[in-house]
Amino acid sequence: MTEHYPVVILMAPLFGALLATLLGRGRQVACWWTALIALGISALFAVGNICAVLASGEGELRYRMGGWHESSGYEVGIELRVDMLAALVVAAVTLVGFVNTIFAKTRVTGEMREKVSFYYALNQLLIVGLCGIVMTNDAFNLYVLIEITSLTSYALIAMGNRRAALSSFNYIIMGTIGASFYLLGVGYLYIKTGTLNIDDIRGVLQSGNLWGHASITIAFILIMLGVWIKMALFPLHGWLPNAYCYAPSAVSSFMAPLMTKVMVYVMLRVMLWLFGSEYVYSSGHVWGELIIWMSIIAIVAGSFLALARTDIKKMLTYLIVAEVGYMVGGAWLVNGAGLAGSMYHIFSDAAMTFCLFLAASIVILRTGDHRLTAFNGLFRRMPLTMIGFTVGALSMIGLPPTCGFFSKWYLISGGIEAGHWAYVAALLFSSLVNAVIFFRIFERAYFGNLKGVADEQFPDDRDSAPPLTLERVPCSMLIPLFLAVMAVLLVGIYNNTLVSWLKAAMPPL
Amino acid sequence: MIEESYLPLLAWMVSLLAVPAILLMRRSPNVREGTTFVAAFVKFALVLAMLPAVMAGGVLRFSFGEILPGIPLEFRVDGLGMLFALVASSLWILTTLYSVGYMRGLKEHDQTRFFACFAVSISATIGVAFAGNLFTLYLFYEMLSLSTYPLVTHHGDKEARSGGRTYLSHLLGTSVAFVLPAMIYCWVKSGGDMSFTDGGFLAGKIGPGDGLIVLLAFTLGFAKSGLMPFHSWLPNAMVAPTPVSALLHAVAVVKVGVFCILRVFTGVFGIDTLKDLDITTAVTYIAGFTVITSSLIALTQDNLKRRLAFSTIGQLAYIILGVSLLSAHGITGSAMHIAMHAFGKITLFFCAGAIFMATGKKYVSQMVGIGRQMPVTMTAFLLGSLSIIGLPPFGGAWSKWYLFLGALDAGQLMIAAILIISSLLNIAYLLPVAVNALFRQPPGGSDDIAAVGIREAPAACVIPLSITAVAGFILFLFPDLVFDLAQLLISNG
Repeated sequence: MTEHYPVVILMAPLFGALLATLLGRGRQVACWWTALIALGISALFAVGNICAVLASGEGELRYRMGGWHESSGYEVGIELRVDMLAALVVAAVTLVGFVNTIFAKTRVTGEMREKVSFYYALNQLLIVGLCGIVMTNDAFNLYVLIEITSLTSYALIAMGNRRAALSSFNYIIMGTIGASFYLLGVGYLYIKTGTLNIDDIRGVLQSGNLWGHASITIAFILIMLGVWIKMALFPLHGWLPNAYCYAPSAVSSFMAPLMTKVMVYVMLRVMLWLFGSEYVYSSGHVWGELIIWMSIIAIVAGSFLALARTDIKKMLTYLIVAEVGYMVGGAWLVNGAGLAGSMYHIFSDAAMTFCLFLAASIVILRTGDHRLTAFNGLFRRMPLTMIGFTVGALSMIGLPPTCGFFSKWYLISGGIEAGHWAYVAALLFSSLVNAVIFFRIFERAYFGNLKGVADEQFPDDRDSAPPLTLERVPCSMLIPLFLAVMAVLLVGIYNNTLVSWLKAAMPPL
Repeated sequence: MIEESYLPLLAWMVSLLAVPAILLMRRSPNVREGTTFVAAFVKFALVLAMLPAVMAGGVLRFSFGEILPGIPLEFRVDGLGMLFALVASSLWILTTLYSVGYMRGLKEHDQTRFFACFAVSISATIGVAFAGNLFTLYLFYEMLSLSTYPLVTHHGDKEARSGGRTYLSHLLGTSVAFVLPAMIYCWVKSGGDMSFTDGGFLAGKIGPGDGLIVLLAFTLGFAKSGLMPFHSWLPNAMVAPTPVSALLHAVAVVKVGVFCILRVFTGVFGIDTLKDLDITTAVTYIAGFTVITSSLIALTQDNLKRRLAFSTIGQLAYIILGVSLLSAHGITGSAMHIAMHAFGKITLFFCAGAIFMATGKKYVSQMVGIGRQMPVTMTAFLLGSLSIIGLPPFGGAWSKWYLFLGALDAGQLMIAAILIISSLLNIAYLLPVAVNALFRQPPGGSDDIAAVGIREAPAACVIPLSITAVAGFILFLFPDLVFDLAQLLISNG
């Protein structure tokens, strides 16, 4: 049975999506239950999948879709390949999807009215696409799945407020360019190697000694450019802030933690498994150093841009741009610590971004204000939500024992090992800027209105005043927030286990 | 002789466990403060319970398990940690009593938050004292920065906010910018081991060039020590209520800073390695500069709490100066000064708070002749001042004596001169306060005083400050405990 786990993960939300569409309008609660159950099954099997990978001797599971067998040494059909990294990313995707569906329940009815059933259907399709991207071992199939996630996310983003349609269109243009770059690159590889299976392509490149060919170099550059556009690496990030900011909150709280992270995973997959580390990291190429500098610029620019924003969600989206820089830089440091940091940060960033977006959505919903002023005096008025926000923020700043600290730990130690001090400095700089950004918010939340405080008279003792009025936030929103907080802390505390699993999945450098 | 024990964990956790109780009991202040007292006494008892084993040269250890590869979250109680934990936990009891008097006397708002944050801060302090490796130390160091922020900004006005901003930007900024990379560099260099060992875990693994950079990064990065140029958070933190200034900004927080630097010298590098590398001169100069400059600034301050803050900066620099000389006497003096200065300075802050409560006066220039109204408080202030200056028969004399010997041992006559000049400056900025208050006529003439009579602060405030003042004298007569614990640092190193 265990060998079928990867397929169950994909099938459950796929059928859930169909069912949600069939149920159609007017049956919002039924749609919600469909999505919840489908994603619950998916998440359950994703966790089982991790155990299956751990139990398997080779540390990976392979699954031939449709039972196509290899002929003359090449894979003919589509193969799924799940190693530890893939199993963990799939688990992250499905778990976040599941928890976000709980969160979406009350939010979606308010924001989307008659489109609710479409939301649940599209959201499940998006999760199918993301899980497929992570597990597929076929370069062309990867393209198809990228398109599936793109199409669903265009539609999901466009469901947002009035400005969402334009940002979604912007995203379509950029996303299509990115996907086309990727497809072109895969085309070059197919011409040279005659196969689309990722392992086979690497094998042919190696055995045929094709690494020196210009067409392979072009293929690599094209694929990388495509992936960078999709992951919003600065300066290719233009589409991201508006798209995530104006999307419905239940959509942005799912896409912000996961979309860019899955594309980082694709980048690692292309680098280490499609082309192979010997090729990508070989000293003959100039790009290693160049890309680290690009990531440094991304970190610094993302931090600055975030600092300048007064809109809560937009500020968070620019922080994602900076975090993408972390991961890209770590992947190119060419050492185990940097790579482990980059992989670990996929999970750590997913957890903390999820946490922050959930908290921000609640704040925006309750206060009706999407600017930073919404936070005035919130520690007193919404203590539970603010605890959630604080944990996420401390993780962004990088304070132990949150996961953000440990990803910085691995990335910085990778930078030190590689002797790349500029990258180390950029990481520290971003920590400090994050500290400024978030403590500015804490100050508002703690002291209340900035202007009014001077004249405010404090009553003698507020302790005797009625207890903190519990925020009127439904449990269906607070529970997901606290699950995210748990994730931030658990990913941090169990970083050692996580990293040792990730290191086992890493091909030798 | 390492012994596994749950005592360090319990001692650390007691005050954390009190936090939910404090929050739940917010409606009945007496029960709430009772909880704090119980926690404080239990904590002190637990620390005392570990004393015999530590005095016998043992180390008590508790590990939470590995957090990072090769790095557990662990407590290790040795002589230095014990000394600091004893000081912090015993003074917490007195400060609690004082806080009750102060906060109720002034009818302060948000007392529940105050007591809860105080308990968390003390836990973090004990965590630092018992930290068994650099990572654990850093964890609790940051926890302390965050948990004291609500205390510093307690009043919630404009001044408190700007004080809080300076506080966090200095403490958090330096620790992230300097300590974090230095720590990870140590981790990479030492091959994944960061436990404080007697010879230092970096021994033989680091050269003079990067050694100097790492040492400076640690010394400046642990900015809680108030070393210049990152000292300005401390005077600004004086906007906090006085019990906070007394326990946290004269004892716990600032001593955590110097404690961390002492750990870096003895546990990370090891004294012998530092001698071989010959890189501590820079630290000596920075500390020497801080000693003199801060004393000069203290002379110009009219606000009593700010004057005391600059005095603290100077006294903390003594400790760093002493250890940077790398001589046995200097290190003993440094470790002893942690305790001696704590008792002296907390007395002075308690007095400053008592004066504010009884008369509403904050400025030194207003305090002439005030001793007739508050004889007990001002006498305690005089005793505390004498201990800080380092005159016998007060505890401060011993630590200064060893610091001076350390300077002579190291052959640094200039440092010895700095110590003497600074002691003279201490006299100049501390003694006039007490002397003017006790022996000069108030500006309004004696009739005024006769009308007022003796009007001290509430007993809950006067009792603690009397106890700490007398403790300064007792520490002169019986310095053995402090001395022996400080000696453990040398004998092991």
